[in-house]
Amino acid sequence: MSGSAELNRSRTVDWALMLYVVLAYAFVFAPIAASFVFSFNSDRFPSIPLGEFSLDWYRAVATDPLVWDGARNTLFVGLIVGIVSTALGFGAAYTDYRYKFAGKQVYLALALLPPTIPVIILGLAMLAYLSRINLSGNALSVIISHVVVCAPFAMAIIRLRLSQMDPALEPAAWNLGASEWMAMRHVIVPFCAPAIFGALFITMAVSFDEFAVAWFVSGLNETLPVKVLGFLQGQVSPRINAIGTFVFILSMTLVILAQLLLSGRGAKPADKE
Amino acid sequence: MRRPITLYGLTFSLPLLIWQVLFFVFPLLFLVALSFWTVKNFVMQPDFDPVNWTTIYGRAVFWQAYGTTLTLAAAAAVLTSALAFPASYAIAFKLSDTARRWAVFLMVIPFFTSYLVRIYSWQIFLSDNGIINVILGGIGLGPFQMLNTVGATMIGYLTLAFPLVVLLQLFSLVFIDRTLIEAAHNMRCGRLRTVFEVVIPSARTGLVIAALFCFILAFGDFVSPVYLGGGEPTTLSILITDTTKSGQQWPRAAVIALTMIGTLMVVAFAAVKFAYKGKSK
Repeated sequence: MSGSAELNRSRTVDWALMLYVVLAYAFVFAPIAASFVFSFNSDRFPSIPLGEFSLDWYRAVATDPLVWDGARNTLFVGLIVGIVSTALGFGAAYTDYRYKFAGKQVYLALALLPPTIPVIILGLAMLAYLSRINLSGNALSVIISHVVVCAPFAMAIIRLRLSQMDPALEPAAWNLGASEWMAMRHVIVPFCAPAIFGALFITMAVSFDEFAVAWFVSGLNETLPVKVLGFLQGQVSPRINAIGTFVFILSMTLVILAQLLLSGRGAKPADKE
Repeated sequence: MRRPITLYGLTFSLPLLIWQVLFFVFPLLFLVALSFWTVKNFVMQPDFDPVNWTTIYGRAVFWQAYGTTLTLAAAAAVLTSALAFPASYAIAFKLSDTARRWAVFLMVIPFFTSYLVRIYSWQIFLSDNGIINVILGGIGLGPFQMLNTVGATMIGYLTLAFPLVVLLQLFSLVFIDRTLIEAAHNMRCGRLRTVFEVVIPSARTGLVIAALFCFILAFGDFVSPVYLGGGEPTTLSILITDTTKSGQQWPRAAVIALTMIGTLMVVAFAAVKFAYKGKSK
């Protein structure tokens, strides 16, 4: 893409633009970096100059049974949400890839719209609806709502992978005598495997960080982000930094795994399986 | 391809459809029904009474919050788009392919960090004894009150939407036909003029969609207005959480939520229409 005739360029403008990009990234990463730094800082009211290095906040978090409950809930919910969303998203992606039918637009809208509805409205709607059918206030209600939000991400990721597949591949398998199910198992699924795992990790990471809908529907089974919201409402506490850093490392591990799967070996059209 | 409805096809297409109808469409429809229910002695009763609509729409507080939210979200959309554009432009046109991939990767990271944690972190920067005031104090300025201001709310919206807006803008910018830009340059069109008369119009769809997403995010966000803006002025999202969490007045919250959805639909429709104006068909 670069390397086209570079007419009309000026060094000053280029440098100014580069500086601007650096500043933009500084703005984006300042809160993330600060949260990391201050999680190791002893002060009760974090600011500069830094206090001493300390693991107090991690200790405070680690000895708080409520945080452990929250972490357990988050992991449990995230794992199930990841699996269910990926399964549903795969089905929808394959449907879009393979079939044409009346009402497909509506189907795709349902498959992709939920993340564009403000979480606060979704949270209220979920709370009212789920408590009406007696499903509110437990981990299941969080799982149900998170799948609604996460499945579209899974669908988008897997659909992208399917669009990289040679459309003749599946019919070729049929012509060679494979049933639709066999073609699915031996052609489609192996081809999509990196995207499937990528979607699994991404949807888990999305669920790990979602707090608004979970806040509305979780009742007493709070997830970790809901707990953080509680800390934020209560007195300002650097514990948030400790939890944030911990969850950040967890999420990033998942994202990097997903990234490796999606871009590494998997990106090559011919997969040996 | 093949048309007949088979068990095989349904196995893949139905689960998501059923899930989204049961747990996405129904809850939103239920919200409509709920808005006509009544609350007596803290107990909700199925009803068909427009009282919630008249109560909410009859309140000056609601219309104030509505105006505030609309203004803040529109300002966030414009501000974020304007601040993001030079960055997206530079990433799209001035970086090598490798550097661009890294830039995109870095911009994705914020999506997987907790928004709440980042907002808390901004409190550390903006509070009266926070990092920025200490630095300013070092050169004899301030302290300024930055937390609990509209400016702080804006920083929160930027935190929420900036990475997404950059990525969406970038996505439309990299697909611009480079020969168009070269042609403009060959015809002695200046840099800035090229940007405004060639680049921005070519990327209009993506730029408008990016601004729309920023609007949607800011419109529904309750974290920044509360924890950075100090809850003043009240936004619709604050109104919803207050009404739901403290008052047992879910039907009234439903009215607010439905009004928000209606507004978002109008804005989204107008934005999409503008984004694709004069394209295809």
